[in-house]
Amino acid sequence: MLTTVRDFFTRTRGVNSPDRMDVLTYAYLIIGTLVMFGPVLWLILSSFKDINEITRFPPRLLPYRQQTVEVMGYDEPLPVFNVTMEDGSVRTLARARRVGIEAQMVDPAAPEEIIRVNINTMTPVEAVFFSFDNYMRGVERFDFVRYFWNTLVVTVVATILTLFVNSMAAFALSKYKFPGSNAIFLTMIATLLVPLSVILVPLLLVITQIGWFNSLIGLIIPTIATPTGVFLLRQYMLTIPDELLESARLDGASEWRIYLQVILPLARPALAVLAIFSVMWRWNDFLWPLVVLQNSDFFTLQVGLNSFRGELQTQWDLVLAMTVLTALPVTIVFAFLQKYITTGIATTGMK
Amino acid sequence: MESKQRLKIHHTPFETVYNAVVDALDFVLRPLQKRIGQRNMAYVFVLPNVAIFVIFVLFPMLMNFYYAFTGGSNIFPDQRPFVGLQNFETIFSCTDYTNPNTCREDLFWKAAFNTFGFVVFQVGGMVVISLITALALNRKIRARAFFRSVFFYPVLLSPVVVALIWRWVLQNDGLMNGVLVGLGADRVPFLTNPDWARFWVIFISVWSQMGFYTLILLAGLQSIPHELYEAGEIDGANPWQTFWGITLPLLMPTMLVVLVLSLIRAVQVFDQVYAFTNGGPGTATTYMIQYIYLTAFAGRGNQYGLAAAASVILAVVLLVFTLLQLRAGRQSELSV
Repeated sequence: MLTTVRDFFTRTRGVNSPDRMDVLTYAYLIIGTLVMFGPVLWLILSSFKDINEITRFPPRLLPYRQQTVEVMGYDEPLPVFNVTMEDGSVRTLARARRVGIEAQMVDPAAPEEIIRVNINTMTPVEAVFFSFDNYMRGVERFDFVRYFWNTLVVTVVATILTLFVNSMAAFALSKYKFPGSNAIFLTMIATLLVPLSVILVPLLLVITQIGWFNSLIGLIIPTIATPTGVFLLRQYMLTIPDELLESARLDGASEWRIYLQVILPLARPALAVLAIFSVMWRWNDFLWPLVVLQNSDFFTLQVGLNSFRGELQTQWDLVLAMTVLTALPVTIVFAFLQKYITTGIATTGMK
Repeated sequence: MESKQRLKIHHTPFETVYNAVVDALDFVLRPLQKRIGQRNMAYVFVLPNVAIFVIFVLFPMLMNFYYAFTGGSNIFPDQRPFVGLQNFETIFSCTDYTNPNTCREDLFWKAAFNTFGFVVFQVGGMVVISLITALALNRKIRARAFFRSVFFYPVLLSPVVVALIWRWVLQNDGLMNGVLVGLGADRVPFLTNPDWARFWVIFISVWSQMGFYTLILLAGLQSIPHELYEAGEIDGANPWQTFWGITLPLLMPTMLVVLVLSLIRAVQVFDQVYAFTNGGPGTATTYMIQYIYLTAFAGRGNQYGLAAAASVILAVVLLVFTLLQLRAGRQSELSV
């Protein structure tokens, strides 16, 4: 056992390793997959269950629904049960009425005759059924489209502004020597450590004074001068040879043209990574929107979902469905772009 | 270089529009460059970022420092009485610093102890699990891209979504208790028992972030030159020696990055826990940022001064940690 554990830490790609190491690796990865994705899958499955299934304990994996049948002479479809008769045989009957511990059953094929049975002898006939009912009722109270739109606006606008503002600063800090450049760079890096949450109170004051309290712009602007972005882009731009700039200048290009047509295209890999980070930060941001946004018209998905959960407390059926909706956009984006996102972060990301 | 050449050879519609915008901007901004000179254009480029940074980061930071020495519940600084060190005295008035209950501001100390415990176990767990996962993904395996994505996927989920997923799994009638009962055990009050709540807060935090650090470590592992392993094999090194002698030392710079990043994030833990346990049960999972948030905005009467003082203390602690880490990093560089 100990040697297996030891070997686990010591394997490397390309070195011949015993087969049991492969077994251990795959076992780890499969258990890992279960732990990472199982809870998400459980959330998705649960969101399709009706309230009876949601509160059922112990829970069942798949959503079920009791079968119903149309019976002649009854307006509503009747629920179907398997009934163990007195002679031990099992019949499938529809329940017409329930009186105390006794139920009046009918055979769908012969609806005239009423069969009285004890309710302890019957078990419901169920089939797997994915119900969108929770989603339908959920969106009546959770303004998904509005929250989604707000979040999208914040994410897209903040990301575009971040890319421009940060890359301009990174260009200046990597390709020019001017008095104060070091001071600017070092001050920014020093604040990398200080969480936004620590300056929450005065920042709120600034936003209120400008008149941006409870608005999307108040959410966007304070976050766009990210030190991380400046740092990442500056380090990348340092690798762009200065000769390129010089030859562009000799051709009569202005500094703006050099920035837009030489630097930005060459910095595309770093810009892509910053874009990924920026989208992740903005889409999932919670504390700052929670403080700035008061009116639900401006809520982002995260704040909206949190307040929806707060209002409904234990109404899990609706909360689960809305949680799935909230997670859906990132999941779709990830499904299409997962290769770029994972390799992008791994290669240029944080090195 | 490649992209520049492509730009010249054929123009996509996007490039055509982009070039037109560049021409227009150039036409407008060229006079500016003529006026202030080519060298001074650097200031123009750096200005937007610096302006936003000063207004929304640096100025609030200095203001926060000032707030820490004022009292009252008014947010406007001119209407806040200057109280000197009173906020700090409130925080530091304890009869016994190892026991939060003897402190006047007991919640601060509870939050401080909780944060310390969280940071130690969360960062420790994060580094170990990310390393194991990166090592597993670095082997010759089928479907590497699939597994890599699976471990990374929770990174993209928002804190509120992560919190709700795990509340649903861990609630009293939830999946986890269903499995336990199915196995013949008793239900466990995962979210109402302080120790279990602390455990699960750390667990979901690692669960939701480990994919990011795994990717960074994986990149570090893949950048280790292959010849070193071949040389090790020729020298007859066993796998254990290879790991300690080659993999780990060469992975150290990456490990340091992971350590610093995860440490900074762990100290700042807030939103996930806020939506998951809301600091409870009791104060079992109330951490520093939540203390600041509660004191300033929710439930504790807008004590901005006290909250600001707490954040100044937090910033100082973070600064000391960083300096120590930088020194440790420099020393290890020197010794190599």
